[in-house]
Amino acid sequence: MDVLYFAWVRERIGHPKDRVETRAATVRDLVEELRAREDRYAAAFADLSALRVAVDQELSDFDAPLGEAREVAFFPPMTGG
Amino acid sequence: MDIRVQQEPFDLGAEANAFAARQAGMGAVVTFTGIVRDLEGDLDTMEIEHYPGMTEKALAEIADEAARRWRIGDALILHRYGRLKADDLIMMVATASRHRADAFQAAEFLMDYLKSRAPFWKKEVTDAGEGWVAARDEDEDALGRW
Repeated sequence: MDVLYFAWVRERIGHPKDRVETRAATVRDLVEELRAREDRYAAAFADLSALRVAVDQELSDFDAPLGEAREVAFFPPMTGG
Repeated sequence: MDIRVQQEPFDLGAEANAFAARQAGMGAVVTFTGIVRDLEGDLDTMEIEHYPGMTEKALAEIADEAARRWRIGDALILHRYGRLKADDLIMMVATASRHRADAFQAAEFLMDYLKSRAPFWKKEVTDAGEGWVAARDEDEDALGRW
């Protein structure tokens, strides 16, 4: 699946997108796998309360099942308008 | 419904006139415009990032929800991304209805929802450095009134 990062999450990780092979059952499981990659991932995912997640471009939550999801995005709370 | 996410500037007067002109049987048009503020007098640029694909879908869903809740004949959401300067227009919404109450309320609803449910992020670049604009609790709380 594609894992996308926006705003300071993208800056902390250092790139906007990863292509990930995973069997993670939930968003939280995927986060654990990403955290284990490198320090910069652990730093980006240190505080999940500061993050929001979208699964296949729909706002979701960290306990959501990933199922057949093709795209997961992590970002801070949105500031439009 | 007219949803546009674009880098280019827009002409508020031309957009408002075109929106009003294409309404039939609508007695009221309400518009709102957001403008880049320079509160401390040191803003160099405001950079707006968004999530292409999800942004358009999220805005369309918000507009559809407004149309379910109020009797509006039409709505426009136009939001820019990229590098903006102080006093640049960031975004606008317009709503049309037979009577003004629906257009006013739908426009406020659109604004409240797109502030914290549409995937945009603002970064301020100033003489002192740069930083992402933090989401405000008041903006999240504002959703509670709908």
